[in-house]
Amino acid sequence: MKRILQGNEAIARGAWEAGVVVGCAYPGTPSSEIMAELSEYKEVYTEWSPNEKVALEVGHGASLAGGRAIVCMKHVGLNIAADPLMTISYTGVRGGLVIVVADDPGQHSSQNEQDSRHWTRFGKIPMLEPADGQECKDFTGLAFDISERFDTPVLVRSETRVSHCDSPVELQERKESMMPKGLDRKEIPKYVMVPMYARARRVFVEERMAKLASYADEEFPYNKIEINDPSLGFISSGVSYLYTKEIFPQYSFMKLGMAWPLPKKLIADFFKQVKKVIVVEELDPLFETEIRAMGYKIRHGKDLIPAIGELTPAIIEQFLSKAVTGKRIKPAKPRFKTEELPARPPNMCAGCSHRPLFYALKKLRLFVFGDIGCYALAVSPPLSAMHASTCMGAGVGGAYGAGKVLGEEGRGKICAVLGDSTFLHAGTGPLMDAVYNGGYSTTIILDNRITAMTGQQEHPGTGFTIKGDPAEAVDYEQLARALGVKHVRMVDPYNIKETIDVIREEANRDAASVIITQNSPCMLLRRSSPRARFQHPFYEVDQDMCLGCRQCLEINCPAISYRAGKGITKSGRKRKGSAVINGDQCAGCGVCAQICEFEGIVAQPG
Amino acid sequence: MLDNNRTKNIFLSGVGGQGTILVSNLLGQVLLNAGYDVKKAEVHGMAQRGGSVTTHFRFGRNVYSPLIKQGEVDYLVSFELLEGLRYLNWLRPEGKVILNNHRILPPSVGLGDAEYPKDVEQTFRKFFKENVWVVGGREIAKSIGSIQVANVVILGAFSNFFPELNPEQWTESIKALLPARLHEINILAFNEGRAAIAI
Repeated sequence: MKRILQGNEAIARGAWEAGVVVGCAYPGTPSSEIMAELSEYKEVYTEWSPNEKVALEVGHGASLAGGRAIVCMKHVGLNIAADPLMTISYTGVRGGLVIVVADDPGQHSSQNEQDSRHWTRFGKIPMLEPADGQECKDFTGLAFDISERFDTPVLVRSETRVSHCDSPVELQERKESMMPKGLDRKEIPKYVMVPMYARARRVFVEERMAKLASYADEEFPYNKIEINDPSLGFISSGVSYLYTKEIFPQYSFMKLGMAWPLPKKLIADFFKQVKKVIVVEELDPLFETEIRAMGYKIRHGKDLIPAIGELTPAIIEQFLSKAVTGKRIKPAKPRFKTEELPARPPNMCAGCSHRPLFYALKKLRLFVFGDIGCYALAVSPPLSAMHASTCMGAGVGGAYGAGKVLGEEGRGKICAVLGDSTFLHAGTGPLMDAVYNGGYSTTIILDNRITAMTGQQEHPGTGFTIKGDPAEAVDYEQLARALGVKHVRMVDPYNIKETIDVIREEANRDAASVIITQNSPCMLLRRSSPRARFQHPFYEVDQDMCLGCRQCLEINCPAISYRAGKGITKSGRKRKGSAVINGDQCAGCGVCAQICEFEGIVAQPG
Repeated sequence: MLDNNRTKNIFLSGVGGQGTILVSNLLGQVLLNAGYDVKKAEVHGMAQRGGSVTTHFRFGRNVYSPLIKQGEVDYLVSFELLEGLRYLNWLRPEGKVILNNHRILPPSVGLGDAEYPKDVEQTFRKFFKENVWVVGGREIAKSIGSIQVANVVILGAFSNFFPELNPEQWTESIKALLPARLHEINILAFNEGRAAIAI
């Protein structure tokens, strides 16, 4: 039976069909749907882990006990998991261990666009690279077999246009793994990576990669040569292959289903069969560099194809047409100027608790070390209330480090802001540092009770597991106190005055402090009934009172807009325009009403 | 719909939260059942928070790329007027345009720093003449009691461009992809949309 599956759903299905019993992930676009989908299969234990390093370690443990395990993350997640990854390459596995890493060329939802294919050479771990849904399913299933046969973790590399592309997939039934369950206490030299044993495994790793190279050449069914017109051959992989095939279907192709190790004999074969070769790869020239190093002449690669951003069929056509057909293709002249249309960037939801909090930070004129999550949207004007953001947890260390330079001068001027999920992911380490080494930074935890930006995933602080079962919930206050933070404050972000006062006091304190927002659930988290805490269903602008001062527009609420047009207030003051609230969009949070100094925004009974 | 075996390109655009993904899923299911190869691509995550959202949807005998090339869109289906206009240049000269007659102000317009484009329909007509259809998706959805189903109203209107598919094939997909409690309202929305335009 064929069904249309998203690439991520197909990966989950492939793992399920291959008899996977454990799945671990930390959510991250574009990888999040894999574990969410896998959690729907009752035969599989799945979890949202606190971070990717933990996820991989749990998956490795499951593998040592004989279970097939899958661990999923976005590209930057693999940086977190790199420590166990590099040594799991040495210990190898028992049950198949597959690590899915989803890249984001073009940075649709990411802070960088690193090419994860580098991990495969660096870590001496094979990597498969599917191009569409069917391959996502098939490659994931095969990855478990490769893992067990060669005693290696296997990387499966996806990317935005593979993970978030839907295509028809042929479904099969689940097959349980034959691997006996259990732990073997006699395998110390294989699993205890102290230097004396690790040196021996270091040799094993090289031997394994040599065997995998032969496998890539002789057995792996997805390194394919398609000979059409032999005057030109393309070497490509993943979705780049599909784009190139779309534009130049008449030529020959070598499609690499395994990004590493490379099939040397097949490559030699291909160079014999075609006259000239162009390598098409997204981001870095990994294949190109390696194949050149083998001594082959590559006609074109990154000399023509951009190394920055995602590829598209249009880019392939634009940059390669001259080299392929001799004719340059110029992008068609646009009929209509669309650059001048007003942009529509993403925004925080109406009623979101981050909005008043960042308004408070702006009023306090703090330098805000931000983090990864919806709250990064606070960087957009008119709020413009975030001044540094690097990676998960980085803001906490950053704020503390800046204080070490500024000393007394910096007090009252710096804070760190991060979400609940992000704090548990990577925020406790730097907070511990700030306390232990005498920093004065203030860390504000925006507790919206969920991992919001990636689409509502549970985490150790929400009180629920991935399957929705009740679980222990981390108590942030106790956790902060246990780390040695003496000053932990709770704040209601919807009360702007109180929020400003608390933050001002803590930011000026000569000691590390933590502020936790309370009763501030994500507006999309239905079980918390986020609107129930608001006293009024919605607000309206009293057109008799509004002066058109635009103060309420500073919070960038999607429900509030400005309408130009001369008018006069009840008290006879002239105005050039006035604010308007769209009742359909207003959530009733009342933040704008607190900001208005002229009693121009009034609650409606609904 | 599928003349000379060429892969057909549909471009869906709208604002995060308008339900474009459900529509592309329904479209995919119908066309898969009808025996086509289908690929569609959309970006999830950050863009969903009220930002512009787009879906590249392609179907045919054998579809390679999930992404469409600018200038090769056969059907532009937009759930919001400005978001339709933004992708005008993606259409082929003979392309067809289906617009939901709905304006959602982007922040810069809300702040009074930019103007919402005037006469979106007229702009499209200048280039695409009679190949432009405007549907009051929101009003129709409101009249049947749920503004949530405006997306399916638009799908119903768009379904007119697939004469080889009968209404039952569409409603079957609605039943296959949506929970039972939503069948009735969505099928009603689909039928109202289907009756709203003539091609």
